[in-house]
Amino acid sequence: METMKVQHVTPNDMPWKIKYDASRCTLCGSCVSACSFRAIEAKVERRRMVFSEGDLPDPQQRFSAVPVIRQVKDVRHYCRGCGICEKVCPNDAIGPLRNPDTRHPIVTRCLGGDSIKRGGRKNLEASTRTLDKLRIGRISQMTDPSLDAQRHTFDLLAPFGRILPAKALPFSVDGQNNLQVEDKMPPVRWIYPVVIGDMSIGALSWRMWEATAMAVAYLNEECGMPVRMCSGEGGVPVRLLKSKYLKYLILQIASGHFGWNRIAKAMPHMVEDPAGILIKIGQGAKPGDGGLLQAGKVAEHIQAIRGVPKADLLSPPNHQGLYSIEESVQKMFLSFNAAFKFRVPVAIKVAASATSVSVFNNLVRDPYNIVGGFFLDGIDGGTGAAHEVSLDHTGHPIVSKLRDCYLAAVNQGRQGQIPLWAAGGLGKTGDLAADAFKMIALGASGVFTGKLVLQMAGCVGNDLGRCNACNTGLCPVGITTQEPQLVHRLDVDRVAQNIVNYFLAMDTEFKKLMAPIGNSSLPVGRSDALVSTDKAVADRLSIQYVC
Amino acid sequence: MCRIGAIKSSSYVHPSLALKLMESQQKGHDNSGFAMVMHDLGGIFESYKHLPTLSMACTDEGLKLAEDMLHEAGFQRVMQWVPETDPQPGLDIQAMPNYVFETFDYPRYFRNGEQKDKEELLLDMRLKLRRALEQNEQGFVYSFWPDVVTLKEIGDPRDIGTYFRLWTSDDKFTAKVITAQCRQNTNYDIVRYAAHPFFLQGYTALANGENTFYLKNVEAQRKLHRGYIGFESDSQCFLYTLHYVHRQLRWPLRYYKHVVTPLPFDDLGRREDKEQLLAMRQSLAHLEINGPNTIIGVLPDFTLFTCCDAKKLRPVVVGRTDDTVAISSEVCGINDILPDRDWEADIYPHEREIVAIDNSLEVQRWRQ
Repeated sequence: METMKVQHVTPNDMPWKIKYDASRCTLCGSCVSACSFRAIEAKVERRRMVFSEGDLPDPQQRFSAVPVIRQVKDVRHYCRGCGICEKVCPNDAIGPLRNPDTRHPIVTRCLGGDSIKRGGRKNLEASTRTLDKLRIGRISQMTDPSLDAQRHTFDLLAPFGRILPAKALPFSVDGQNNLQVEDKMPPVRWIYPVVIGDMSIGALSWRMWEATAMAVAYLNEECGMPVRMCSGEGGVPVRLLKSKYLKYLILQIASGHFGWNRIAKAMPHMVEDPAGILIKIGQGAKPGDGGLLQAGKVAEHIQAIRGVPKADLLSPPNHQGLYSIEESVQKMFLSFNAAFKFRVPVAIKVAASATSVSVFNNLVRDPYNIVGGFFLDGIDGGTGAAHEVSLDHTGHPIVSKLRDCYLAAVNQGRQGQIPLWAAGGLGKTGDLAADAFKMIALGASGVFTGKLVLQMAGCVGNDLGRCNACNTGLCPVGITTQEPQLVHRLDVDRVAQNIVNYFLAMDTEFKKLMAPIGNSSLPVGRSDALVSTDKAVADRLSIQYVC
Repeated sequence: MCRIGAIKSSSYVHPSLALKLMESQQKGHDNSGFAMVMHDLGGIFESYKHLPTLSMACTDEGLKLAEDMLHEAGFQRVMQWVPETDPQPGLDIQAMPNYVFETFDYPRYFRNGEQKDKEELLLDMRLKLRRALEQNEQGFVYSFWPDVVTLKEIGDPRDIGTYFRLWTSDDKFTAKVITAQCRQNTNYDIVRYAAHPFFLQGYTALANGENTFYLKNVEAQRKLHRGYIGFESDSQCFLYTLHYVHRQLRWPLRYYKHVVTPLPFDDLGRREDKEQLLAMRQSLAHLEINGPNTIIGVLPDFTLFTCCDAKKLRPVVVGRTDDTVAISSEVCGINDILPDRDWEADIYPHEREIVAIDNSLEVQRWRQ
């Protein structure tokens, strides 16, 4: 027998082990061809069978060669637990099993000499979420009647844009005792309180991005819901830039400035203004780290849209040339406001941090009135690709930080002047309406969501380490890949339909939450509507503790 | 539930009329208090219309403290009226030792000053008095303003009327505008300040209902003006918003309705003045009142008005004769004081209008 080498990688070193039942397998090969990670392969096993025939023991043996499906013993082709093999197997013969004894975090680093990268969300802390410790506990009874979610009308809109304090409104009273507007005011768009978060073409497959854009257009044009979608930092197809649907799109600029060459060139041909501009400073899932699109995902069309060669695309951790908040206001905000002649609101997205309130304070005191939104992204946010150490160990939860920012505004009498938009793991349990509603009651004007939209489309990843392979370009469901054969697994129409249906369901659920507290417009900052059964949470968020 | 009422007349009327207006609505409230604000005063106050009158309930120590402070600030008392009380045994009233209605002349260096400066001085003085008398509940300072008196007390409104001898009409204690409410604020603690009508710099407001955006209102109003204090009742927020919109921002009264119950975005988008209305809605989103309520308000020029929530969940009725207009939560109150009016001409204001009555008693209906 060959001497055993313990350093050889075997399936029990991996986070997932393939369970395989040869007796059920028809060897159709579906699983092997479907596995985008090449984590399983067809092999031939040598089998030995000992048997005895006749009345007396007479051991005989027979050798045979049996074709089977086996797990690949290679750290580059390890099983991510996505379960696509199980999905395609006609006989339930194969599937991944979580390996609690995995040595993967160590083995991978030892073999690769490089940090581990992956997509998804952080995989630590499986404890109860803060939002699940909050309840909407101020129910209208007797003194003020509840509203009827089916019968009454509700104003489910949130502002995107800089809002002037009333005393700064340029109004005058005319001879008929009517107020007249004497001067320009910053642009403010009232939009649906859930923005589809910034996921780029590149991070997403073109089909996924297209399906999302289709869903957004449908929600606006057919359902009357002014849902907006943020482009992410990866450019926008020129056809869309020149179409009327641009008005549903918030264009993002991040530190890599990817795609802006094309956007700038398309500007003279735009028939509509975009819904807004979002300057991305940081991202909750990987705060202090820039975007990371690995060369494997930089397909030809991505090169074209972004204007780059096929190479790893790394956005720097910060905007080169911006070294202070003052500069960011003067340079970026002013230039982007000016680019669209002050018709389009410009907002900023930052990762939640211990310093968020300082950043917010500086912006809310901006004398130019050009900061049109503060998008705050918490640690539970998702990403297409990041170093695992960033994903798991850096960042700040969103709930208390959003609340801190809101209360900082209240303390200065400036609440609502820069709308707060929150994200970072909202809708993680599948129930975005409740999470969004609680964030709104804590002071958010609205929320934005990305990962959940992928899950609507069929993403099988979760926070327990399942799949999380967005970085590889091998997304088994065609969402975060540019491989044509994988992308074609995604049914564009079905994805768009799922997103539309989810938003319709969420809209009903919003009303079901507003009606009991007797509100017909969004209860931004109405923290008296919330209670918590956790004293520490209640104290931290300045809401009522109940038991 | 509160019951609210208001009378505006071309001649001076006695508070007994307000008591009568509220009496038949007893079943609708809990008889826990009575409060009224009188504007455009007659009787003994008529010749002092231009000078501020202090309305206060206090202990002996509180009275001395307040008078010393006013004296020190240079105010000189020109008139004092102490209501003659009738403290019969068995009356349901938690009376204070003193009820003070004193009229003062301005400090010398203010007498020829700007009206605006005087108005700020009076507010600052009232706030200072209120703070000083708050310790040990030495007193409650309700208003300090020209041509305005305020009375508030805890107890049964009928007994409060008896105690102050308000059931018998006379020509000494009269006004052309009286607003009244018959309930303490039982949602929160029973404190004298919590009873509406509330008064601030010539503005009075009282309400029947709930303000589910109370916290949002409070958090916003605290930073808007030094006079926005107390918040013992959610109805105070209605007054402060009125004061802010009409006095501080100088917007015409009908925009008050756009602030407290803004039009839905769909309706707003179809308006010619959508730019103004949208800017207003977004800039004053935290002053929106959400929830069932009806508001009655009085402006410094004695215009009386009423409006209600966007779903008309709390009604009022406006009835009138040639010389009197009355607003009341229930029509029975108006029937009692204006029995001969043409009741078919009564107005039941709807959810999207302000009904305003000017000094010629012309009733205007402004559609939002």
